[in-house]
Amino acid sequence: MPGPVKTDPAKSPEVMLAFYRRLFPYKPFYLWLNQEQGKLVSEYTALEYLELTLLLRWIAPTRLFTHREFAFTLGESTYVRYNSFNNAEEFKKEILRANPTRFEIGPVYNARPRDRKTMQASALRPEKRELVFDIDMTDYDEIRTCCSGGAICIRCWGYIAAAVKVLDHSLREHFGFQHLLWVYSGRRGIHCWISDKAALDLTDEQRKAITNFLEVIKGGKEQLKKVHVRGSNDNGDLHPALSDALNDVKEVFVKTVLRDQDCFREERGWDTLLALIPDKDVVDSLRSRWQNSHSSSSTKWTDLLKAREKLSDQHLRYTKIVKAMEDIILQYTYPRIDAEVSKRRNHLLKSPFVIHPGTDPSQVDDFDPAGVPTVGQLLRELDQTHAELMEDDVKMDDEETKDDKSPKRSEPDYNRTSLRPYIELFEKHIAAVMRDAREAKRAANSHSMDF
Amino acid sequence: MFKATSRTAPPPAPYAETSRPGSSRRRSSDGGHRNLKYPYRLNFYTTPPALDITLEEFETFAIARLKVLSAIHSLQERSLPAAQFRELISTQIKTHLPLSSNTARNVDVDEERRGDEVGHWILRLAFCRSPDLRDKFIRTELELFKQRFDLDDQHERSQFLKSLNFDWTVVDDTEKRVYEKQLKACMPWSAQRDGQFASESWVKVPWYTVPDLVGPRKVFVKGGNAYVPQSYQISLVLQAFRSNLERALELTAKSLPRMDEDDRLMPILAHLAQSFLSNVSIESNFFGDADDDPNSTRVTADMIDALAVKHFPACQYNLWNRLKRDHHLKHFARLQFGLFLKALGLPLEEALVYWRRGFSQLTDDKFQKEYKYNIRHSYGQEGKRMNYPAKSCQQILTSNQPGPQDSHGCPYRHFAPETLQTFLSQHYSISTGSPDMREVIDQVKKQHYHLACTRVFEITHPKDVKKGEGLGEGVSVSHPNEYFNKSWGYEKGIAKPKTEPMSDDMHLD
Repeated sequence: MPGPVKTDPAKSPEVMLAFYRRLFPYKPFYLWLNQEQGKLVSEYTALEYLELTLLLRWIAPTRLFTHREFAFTLGESTYVRYNSFNNAEEFKKEILRANPTRFEIGPVYNARPRDRKTMQASALRPEKRELVFDIDMTDYDEIRTCCSGGAICIRCWGYIAAAVKVLDHSLREHFGFQHLLWVYSGRRGIHCWISDKAALDLTDEQRKAITNFLEVIKGGKEQLKKVHVRGSNDNGDLHPALSDALNDVKEVFVKTVLRDQDCFREERGWDTLLALIPDKDVVDSLRSRWQNSHSSSSTKWTDLLKAREKLSDQHLRYTKIVKAMEDIILQYTYPRIDAEVSKRRNHLLKSPFVIHPGTDPSQVDDFDPAGVPTVGQLLRELDQTHAELMEDDVKMDDEETKDDKSPKRSEPDYNRTSLRPYIELFEKHIAAVMRDAREAKRAANSHSMDF
Repeated sequence: MFKATSRTAPPPAPYAETSRPGSSRRRSSDGGHRNLKYPYRLNFYTTPPALDITLEEFETFAIARLKVLSAIHSLQERSLPAAQFRELISTQIKTHLPLSSNTARNVDVDEERRGDEVGHWILRLAFCRSPDLRDKFIRTELELFKQRFDLDDQHERSQFLKSLNFDWTVVDDTEKRVYEKQLKACMPWSAQRDGQFASESWVKVPWYTVPDLVGPRKVFVKGGNAYVPQSYQISLVLQAFRSNLERALELTAKSLPRMDEDDRLMPILAHLAQSFLSNVSIESNFFGDADDDPNSTRVTADMIDALAVKHFPACQYNLWNRLKRDHHLKHFARLQFGLFLKALGLPLEEALVYWRRGFSQLTDDKFQKEYKYNIRHSYGQEGKRMNYPAKSCQQILTSNQPGPQDSHGCPYRHFAPETLQTFLSQHYSISTGSPDMREVIDQVKKQHYHLACTRVFEITHPKDVKKGEGLGEGVSVSHPNEYFNKSWGYEKGIAKPKTEPMSDDMHLD
């Protein structure tokens, strides 16, 4: 997964500038947002094609790039919205000039966002936007026993790993999306960027629909039962998408919730568990049993299962508990998405590779948030392993902004650091997105020839 | 587009999509027994009507429809129980825009349907101009269509659907069997699932075309497609209706400037658009007609104070209160309050008495010279002898915005939120922080000032109207005198206002 470049104590403007200058993957980043190319690859001559693959200025910017909003955070608190750029060079130049502490990506508007002040107040409207999802570790505070707040460790990651698997499966299998980019957000969560054409075109209403579909855990702090997915009485059948998910997360429930996090060992934990069981007799007997024992979560879950089996001849009570227990599994493992981020096109989301780069969902289990490269580490790697190149770099600093035009160095700096696998993954993703965009365009072209 | 003149050749319709569903209107009825020009009660409005209409019809059809749409809009803004909402809307539809089914006797079905169609197309012209208007128009039209669709005769409805030729992919039996378990789990009535599964049919559409079904997980979703059972087809129809209308409105907006128009239609269209945008139904005229109505109670200057406390809406109560406190009102405030008093039945002589008392710190001489003329003028006794109508909510909200020293205007709109709360709690005993107050303030925040006012009416008349009924029968406040008449009417035991809103002598200049 494009792991993030984590923030570092060494994060200073100088470090940031060095990062933007030497490590930020401008070309793949530009191609990712820009998607379709100015003309079809088949229309280029061989020489042009060679240049195209080497130099990014040859690729004509599309509206997806030029009408896109970038919001910069400068220093600690200055926030500059509605930046937009005509091409990748302009973008790079401005990044290097402004040296933002972070920047965010907004929607594609019907006009260039930077021309906003020359337009009527409401004339600038968001038109397109990748469909994005945000999972934030802080939403898991009530069910994690290892950390809380902004902290995150490899043990919390179990939850995120489960969330990514469920969401990734649902978005692909149910909704038919293909180009999903999972990005560790850098501090305490994960973002998903979906670049399919169908996703870009979704209206706010449609985004709201898919978000509601995927949002299973609802309700605030004061509400114990947060899963209401069975109609008004909580006794209907699960939607097929959820029963699918339930099968997938059972394993996670055992591994992460019962064993690793051991959610029900302490009284606070098992008290919540009992509150979610809608059978007074069962609850009372279990409460007296657990009151003084310090048994593990697995034991308690088994106790619950046994209590349930005793009722197997009382169909109504039995199924009620079965359903409640399924809901509990969902409540502890189903992705807790930050719904507001996904519902509207004009929500800004921190860009990938901004001091943190994607995630390969197939390897999400092995990801360790503490093991991601930090800026300082990356720069050190660059300095150490290629000390002999340092002199060159220093000399070239002044002309750095023009540097990408010169094919002098065929290999980007980031390939010499541990950022490399992340960027390779990113590039693989982009290649697929672009292939699709090209094919769509070719199909449209051949279609228009018919007239 | 249409013109109100006679024309023989059907005008070109630049945005008519001939292959789109719904254009089959002119086909003869499949129902059989009647040969109708409009075979279906429902209409997708895809082809503009090519017919001659008179200017008068142009106006009446449009106003009838506008009344319904305005009512729908204000009902949508109040969170009402679904059943009550439906009932209130259908009353409105029945009064202003009745549409009978093919089986109805003694009704000129074609005529009703023509009115419905013409009304729709005129309002399209009026409401295509701004994104705001378009959005509001689509929302209300959609609701109107939905209500009618729900109530339509089963048979006629399926005939109508057939005529639209939707290109839905029907889920074939093989696929149905593959997903049997999933499809069953998503069927609306779980109890009868097994029995109904065999007879139910599904269509497959891209999931984003039915967001209202996907959001609450009502349908099975797979590979980007939503599997929609027969019973949810209304969602698909509505979605098609919506996207049709959205596209058409944008095209209309683009071609509107090219409509070669004499100045007969544009003013009407502009007026319609304005009254829709200011959230009030078409203005009714309140020309203090107390003189013409022998049954009405004579209002005297002495009665005003008592009436004010009980029956005045916020805007007029505020002015009454100001006059008591400051012994003076500035020009527009006098105008707003004076015409209101005239319309509630205060005759000229009494008005002069009332105003003289109110301006107690003026010398007789000054009053005679500077104010008497004004009062007589507003009663049509001076100058060009115009009988001015009282100001409607729309006028109060949109014209002559109050300056820093002025006290006229609409408190819901022109007061700071805190001041408004204090005002409401002092004069209408709605306590700050109560749910009632919150609802009122919510409406104000959403800029539905007349709904805030309507809510206050409901709160202060708990015996007469239930929540959601507005002034009665779901009517919301659109004129201060309407508020007053209803309030006083309830006290006197007559629910009916003595002044009916009149559309025929509507002001169009």
